Amino acid sequence: MGGRVLSGAIILGLYLFLLAPILIVFIVSFSIDPFLIFPPSAWGFKWYGEILRNPEFTRAFRLSFSIALVVTTIGLMVGTLAAFVLGRFQFRGRDGILGFFTAPLLIPSIVLGLSLLLVFLPLGLVSTFRGLVLGHLLVVLPYVIRILVVAFQTMSKQYEEAALSLGAPPWVVFWRVTLPLITPSLVASAALAFILSFDEVVISLFLVGSRVKTLPVAIYEYVEFRTDPQIAALSVLLILLSILIVLIIERTVGLFRAIR
Amino acid sequence: MSRWSLWLLATLLLPAIGIFTLVLVIPGLWLIRMSLNQALAGGSYRTALTLENYARFITDPFYLQITLNSVTLSLWVTFIALILSYPIALFLFRLKSRWKSLLLVVTISPLLVSAVVRTYGWIVILGDQGLLNSMLLGLGIINRPLRLINNEIGVIIGLVQILMPYMALALIAGFGRLNPDLEKAAMSLGARPWVAFLRVTLPLSLPGVALGCLLTFALCISSFVTPKLLGGGRVFLVATEIYDQALQLLNWPFAASMSILLLMAFGLALVVYSHFTRRFEWE
Repeated sequence: MGGRVLSGAIILGLYLFLLAPILIVFIVSFSIDPFLIFPPSAWGFKWYGEILRNPEFTRAFRLSFSIALVVTTIGLMVGTLAAFVLGRFQFRGRDGILGFFTAPLLIPSIVLGLSLLLVFLPLGLVSTFRGLVLGHLLVVLPYVIRILVVAFQTMSKQYEEAALSLGAPPWVVFWRVTLPLITPSLVASAALAFILSFDEVVISLFLVGSRVKTLPVAIYEYVEFRTDPQIAALSVLLILLSILIVLIIERTVGLFRAIR
Repeated sequence: MSRWSLWLLATLLLPAIGIFTLVLVIPGLWLIRMSLNQALAGGSYRTALTLENYARFITDPFYLQITLNSVTLSLWVTFIALILSYPIALFLFRLKSRWKSLLLVVTISPLLVSAVVRTYGWIVILGDQGLLNSMLLGLGIINRPLRLINNEIGVIIGLVQILMPYMALALIAGFGRLNPDLEKAAMSLGARPWVAFLRVTLPLSLPGVALGCLLTFALCISSFVTPKLLGGGRVFLVATEIYDQALQLLNWPFAASMSILLLMAFGLALVVYSHFTRRFEWE
């Protein structure tokens, strides 16, 4: 019995460690002090109002949000087409192409970021919306393709065959039968794509400029010099967004399967 | 499905291949080419075919030192993450209740919280006026704040927490192939619980441990946001040096050659790993 209490306490402690930096920003975000101090002298929503009045953060938020929307849309369209071919057809070179599409997962993002910077600079894509979208696609597409390839592989094929045998053209079958059948995986990969793009910081650090700056980069630069509770309030909003995404993914294909 | 002709399939792959060519193939080749150029003072370079950037990295003791720093720090982070994640993975593996899926989500969902946010959380906890120091000072245990950030300790703590979900993920996946009844069978044959664990569960979980360690080590040695923010410019690692050389000193040939060396180390780790896992399966 004593052993069970001890192991329970250890597990509790480990979870506390794992969640500590997330829990602490919730607490600090309700402090009204101008700097970090424990315990805060008083509580309130002051810093939440403050971030809404900070033009740098609201502008960065809008930019990150629109980049994430565009990246999710393009990533889902391009990824679905590629995953359909790779998940449903056997041909020579299939494994090689799949390996190529998932290769960025094995490459350090700092290397990806630097190589993108070196090529995008002469192309005039650094510090542009398009450049950031392209850079984020490199991070997002491997996950989208991997989730959707599994979805296409494991879905039941009999409905498609029935539709085809009844004379429907292949693209109608794809649009009206195949895609509706994999909707949960499409929703999960869209949610994952959105949050991966929205939170992306390493590649963005190489591609942003003073006029085009994403929210994680704005936070990074702020935290380098100041650590007041304003960032805590902002962090809480980002954490709430992450929780929403986690719920969507867990409800559709399961978080464990999506991230692995 | 024979109606899908080959050229149509190729067309469907084309957008993805086009994007990957632009953001992966060309940048990769250009990175290799850049690493062979000659760096000039003041952040410019001259087109050349030279190995002097690689030579500089290998011969300059400063870069030997930061390589050692990176490897040592990553080994510590991997080791601590393993020690802290293993009990969680084992607990989740043995758990049989409706809490299991919820706790699984709680374990891996920190991955979807921005690394910048989690690093900031650690600054709040570990800083001089942070939660931990305020508590210890208030309780009179210490009389001046412990230095927990702007040094290696802070970087290690932050990276352990940020990479733990990956380690747990690999361990849980490794446990997934394991039959929970094996341990019970060993105990019903008279083995003590810890003997059953050491002789049955632990050996069978080793492939997951290997994968988790490889993943954690690789992610750790290439991370730089957390070392930058929690190290406060006082912790020098290969990844932070690549960033500084590229964006502060604008020495692209040298940053490129360091990146290539990092990639080669990655490739080597993958080869070693696949060699070992093949041996696991042989035995």
